Amino acid sequence: MKLELRGITKSFGSLVANDHIDLVVESGEIHSLLGENGAGKSTLMNVLYGLYEPTSGEILVDDKPVKFSGPADAMAAGIGMVHQHFMLVPVFTVAENVALGAESTSLGGVLNLAETRRKIRDISDRFGFDVDPDALVEDLPVGVQQRVEIIKALVRNSKILILDEPTAVLTPQETDELMDIMGQLRDGGTSIVFISHKLREVKAVSDTITVIRRGKVVGSAPPDTPTTELAAMMVGRAVNLTLDKADATPGEETFKVTNLTVMNDAGQRLLDDVTLSVSQGEILAVAGVQGNGQTELTEAVLGLHKHVLGSITLDGQELVGRTVRQVLDSGVGFVPEDRQDDGLVGELSIAENLVLDLYTKAPYSRAGTLNKAYIAKNAVDKVAEFDVRAQSPLDAADTLSGGNQQKVVLARELARPLKLFIASQPTRGVDVGSIEFLHKRIVAERDSGTPVVIVSTELDEVLELADRIAVLFAGKLMGIVPGKSSRELLGLMMAGLPADEAQEQLLAQGGPGTPGATSESTSEGEPS
Amino acid sequence: MSITMKSETPKVADAVAIRSWKMPILLGVLALFAVIVFVLMGPSGTATFRISQDTDAWQVPNLVVSAKGVGVAVAVVCIALAYLAWRQTRDTGKIAKWVALTFTVVFVVGLMVWIIGGTTTQNITLVGLFTGAMLITTPIVFGSLSGVLSERAGVVNIAIEGQLLAGAFTAALVSSITGSAFAGLFAAAVAGVLVSVLLALFSIKYVVNQIIVGVVLNVLVSGLTGFLFEKIMKTKVDGITIYNQPAHLPNIPIPLLSEIPIIGPTLFRQSIIGYFMLVLVVALWFGLFRTRWGLRVRAVGEHPKAADTVGINVNRTRVMNVLAGGAVAGIGGAYFTLVAVSSFSKDMTGGLGFIALAALIFGRWNPIGAALAALLFGVAGNLQSILSLAGTPIDGQFLAMLPYALTILAVSGFVGKAVAPAADGDPYIKE
Amino acid sequence: MSGDSTTTPGGATAPDGTGGALKEQPAKPAPKHEGEGTRVVREIMSGNAMISVLAVLVALVIGGLLIVFTDPRVLTAMGYFFNDPGATFSAMWAAVSEAYGALWRGATYDPGSRTWQGRLGIFETLTFATPLILSGLAVTLAFRVGLFNIGAKGQIILGATFAGVVGFMIQLPPGIHLIAVILAGAVGGALWGGIAGFLKAKTGAHEVIVTIMLNYIAVSLVLYLLKNQLRDPSSSNPISPRMHESAMFPLLLGPNYRVHAGLILAVLAVFVVSWLLNRSTLGFEYRAIGANPRAARTAGMNVSRGYITVMLISGALAGLAGVTQLSGTEKMLDADIAGSIGFDAITVALLGRSTPWGTFFAALLFGAFKAGGTSMAINADVSIDIVAVVQSLIVLFIAAPPLVRSMFRIKEVRREGVKA
Repeated sequence: MKLELRGITKSFGSLVANDHIDLVVESGEIHSLLGENGAGKSTLMNVLYGLYEPTSGEILVDDKPVKFSGPADAMAAGIGMVHQHFMLVPVFTVAENVALGAESTSLGGVLNLAETRRKIRDISDRFGFDVDPDALVEDLPVGVQQRVEIIKALVRNSKILILDEPTAVLTPQETDELMDIMGQLRDGGTSIVFISHKLREVKAVSDTITVIRRGKVVGSAPPDTPTTELAAMMVGRAVNLTLDKADATPGEETFKVTNLTVMNDAGQRLLDDVTLSVSQGEILAVAGVQGNGQTELTEAVLGLHKHVLGSITLDGQELVGRTVRQVLDSGVGFVPEDRQDDGLVGELSIAENLVLDLYTKAPYSRAGTLNKAYIAKNAVDKVAEFDVRAQSPLDAADTLSGGNQQKVVLARELARPLKLFIASQPTRGVDVGSIEFLHKRIVAERDSGTPVVIVSTELDEVLELADRIAVLFAGKLMGIVPGKSSRELLGLMMAGLPADEAQEQLLAQGGPGTPGATSESTSEGEPS
Repeated sequence: MSITMKSETPKVADAVAIRSWKMPILLGVLALFAVIVFVLMGPSGTATFRISQDTDAWQVPNLVVSAKGVGVAVAVVCIALAYLAWRQTRDTGKIAKWVALTFTVVFVVGLMVWIIGGTTTQNITLVGLFTGAMLITTPIVFGSLSGVLSERAGVVNIAIEGQLLAGAFTAALVSSITGSAFAGLFAAAVAGVLVSVLLALFSIKYVVNQIIVGVVLNVLVSGLTGFLFEKIMKTKVDGITIYNQPAHLPNIPIPLLSEIPIIGPTLFRQSIIGYFMLVLVVALWFGLFRTRWGLRVRAVGEHPKAADTVGINVNRTRVMNVLAGGAVAGIGGAYFTLVAVSSFSKDMTGGLGFIALAALIFGRWNPIGAALAALLFGVAGNLQSILSLAGTPIDGQFLAMLPYALTILAVSGFVGKAVAPAADGDPYIKE
Repeated sequence: MSGDSTTTPGGATAPDGTGGALKEQPAKPAPKHEGEGTRVVREIMSGNAMISVLAVLVALVIGGLLIVFTDPRVLTAMGYFFNDPGATFSAMWAAVSEAYGALWRGATYDPGSRTWQGRLGIFETLTFATPLILSGLAVTLAFRVGLFNIGAKGQIILGATFAGVVGFMIQLPPGIHLIAVILAGAVGGALWGGIAGFLKAKTGAHEVIVTIMLNYIAVSLVLYLLKNQLRDPSSSNPISPRMHESAMFPLLLGPNYRVHAGLILAVLAVFVVSWLLNRSTLGFEYRAIGANPRAARTAGMNVSRGYITVMLISGALAGLAGVTQLSGTEKMLDADIAGSIGFDAITVALLGRSTPWGTFFAALLFGAFKAGGTSMAINADVSIDIVAVVQSLIVLFIAAPPLVRSMFRIKEVRREGVKA
């Protein structure tokens, strides 16, 4: 089935998210949509899927104009979508989720799930999915949930499948499997729109690449276009893909995590017996697929978790059992992984957010009363120092763009003399310009002699910043490897192989990833 | 492939579970209560439960028990069960369902024997207890079903009280004017729907916080019915308040079924509203959990965006459910003026709408659970009024608190976990 | 959880990113984990004064229509509408002007009244406003921490009960006695509010459900006490003995007017709450917790403690409202001591847009409605229930600015750079 978009424009108020976008997806091709976060890819796909109504422009399926007033119309036209955030009801079973909206029923609207179960098994067998139709979705790992999403689309006989940033939650190996599946589907005649900002994946899987920047199509390219050229198209200028960073000069090991175990309320071990340490003047990056214990590691340090076993020491002081306030006061700077949920209070002003964890101290307050004049002056200084683009420091923090919000968080956390700096996903959803700035500040903090822990699910970022890399899988530490390790090695570790086994396996394969050496793809680098 | 197999179990369940001691603590406290109250302060007389009414075809002999003996037995069983719960929590972190359930039943029996053994009459008909309870239970059930309908679709319904009151008023007014109870019943449903129209308009269209809308609607309906009551219903013609003389819906006994001891008089000698209630509870349960309609409604209440992406119109589903809930609660309101009492009085629902909310939560947003909770609250309420006449060791006011106290325990996680539909209260805004 | 797409409308004029880089996605207008109360505060505070005025007007007009079309004279005149349409309109005018005239005079100044009390209704307005200010502040303060305190009623009852125990069971020297009564009332209210705060903080129990249930428990509890320990032996009703004179608020304007020193307490409370919210570190914590509890926690604030303390303070404020009822106007404790104040408090806080001074003025308005409503019931035979109708309509309209805008075809004026 052929899909064509002509002159699609979608604006929200004064913001134009899509500006006269033309796109042709031929039958049976994998067409990648490449662009930075916020370039307008997802908006475009939501328009295509009938979730948003386009401000102007038209959609053609097999050269016939169609009009979608809702997802039902899009599905009827043969379009299926796997959303970046899965559209599954957690308390429903797989079968119920797949049936939803296209239920087979017997007399009087009574559900008949047997039919749905059969279809799920068929598809599951065909692609080797191994999905149990009667499992509750909330009990399934994200990788399997994604397959349920794909099944949902296939059950509805989708001829065009949109995959929105599907690899964000997958290990490199799972990503490879997904690409295999995409290939099978294409060979079966399904057209696929693959949305991503990861150049490596786009190059590996696509038949055609369309690059979008600031809501506009900037051009198309064949998959063999050099990475740097694609990156330049995506960002709009030549990008310096590598960070100029001196080698670390590690000092004393002041931050130590010993046999750390974190459990949730149900007693599941989210972090299991992890031991590591970080030296002054060194960046330790914690890599892993999302949800393998990284969040718990950082939150346990901060004192956000109730059920913690083991020990965390900073300069010999025990941190386990302390309140968040005490941990912060002992010299820990903390950038949480989700700035909007955990880092900022969107409704409060930028000035107030800049003192969110400092307000109890003089000169920000005295005797329980805020010193508003000083807080305002502090804001003016910090906004200038960190190049926060705001109309006024008194504006609410949620009026800022993601990059500027992240600068506010960093400005606050680096405002004090630190003994430890922890940043989770420091550049998630941030534009390239801000990424460069944020990375430089993080390295500067390292160079001033602070032990730094970076948690990132983006391998590119890990490889760029790390002096050493710790990999977590299912809450366990798979090992700590040098900062210049190969992607293949890290990928195997992220999939659950301990460092030594992973190295053996690579040696046995004779693969490109000689342990400890920089692989080809690393030096090429990619913006994220 | 073997590698990815591993990645599918990222969370390792651990036997060394984090234990919640809430339940053993609660059971322990209650067992202690049983020892002190049922045994040490227990009445020495006997408690007589009359099972049959004089008019019944089959007469079942009265149940006479020694209050003290039952008290001791109940206390012993309660202690044993509390100990068991403690052990199970210690060993596995989980308590078998039957433990809490048995404890509840045994404790309630002990409480009733203690109360009845202590009354001056020492003779209470079990049938009277349940038939009287239905007077309270019926409107609570309708109210809580209204809540089930709207909250399962993700709209919090605090306006149940207002819906009931609007139904009661309108049923009285319209049936007084037309002389037809059925016209009153229909009008009550319409009145309930009108309250729902406002709830839907403000909470879905204008995205006003649903709790605010509910609270305000209750005040609005109370004011409006109060105002119209003063202006219209108090108008006398020839010394009679002609607009407050609603027709009565008679009880229709069902042959044979109505002769079953206790159950017959309780469930099968009801008005048409009562029978409708029985049908509705079962139908709604079946509808929610066994049909396409229910699957879609629950999806809308749990994850509206997921429902939207498969082509379900979220806000239309919500509006329809809120309106249907209004009709149900309106009929429940009609029960006040067409069956229970023969005239309307100001604010006559007296907070039953909030007890319905409590029943909804206590019944876990499940029609059958809500109906059982409503029955429990109805029995407690009826016991309270019986006891205020009989003179008992326990003040009726404490029984009056029971539904509210139980609900607080339920939402605090002391008696299981009451989890609302995930998107309950979240407006769905589509760009 | 709805709405979490990659590109979201709103925040439309986010300043451009760093040089040459992309304008990235604008921040979500509402973070995923914002509490229920957060959205409430957002809704309440984002309107403007014009909407408030129009909401009051529209509500009064609808109330007027109700008065007109239930007035017997109007209905009679409508019977011969086609013969004499003028009669209908003059009857309508008579009905509504009589009612609202009585409302206005009762709430402010009535030159025609023979009694002093009747002549200066403005002081009745202040009397009615006193508990509304305090209980409205209770709701406002909790709102700002993202908690929905529906439990003012129960907290008023408990406050009044505690105050009553000190006020009519104990004899203390003048001055000290009143202070003891005030403190006892605050403690009683704080206790009842604190339960909800504690359960919210420790078990996550939704405060709306808990406070609603606590209201009913409070009524049963006070009824029990009034039937037993607190009962006036000389009365057969569940009602307490009279408060000692030394436990009463002094009247501010002599025996002719009911306005009492509780008003001073209420105004003082406005200043205190205003300082607390806007200038104190505790208030900063409260606002942060209210807008984003997760971020507040990550920044080292103790969210649980915030929930508990704010419900203690909120309950104490409502308890003080109970004290002003008991020691100011009612003099005896009965189960209906809270009247409709508990729910009025919510409407007052909403109308006051959840700010201390807004709450103050909203309480004055609703106090005027109550004072005038009484006069309207006596002088124009219009049930005071109409006041509840008008009040609830005001709140509905204020909560839904688009509705009022569409009624008056007002274009929405957006502040540049602020959330759309």
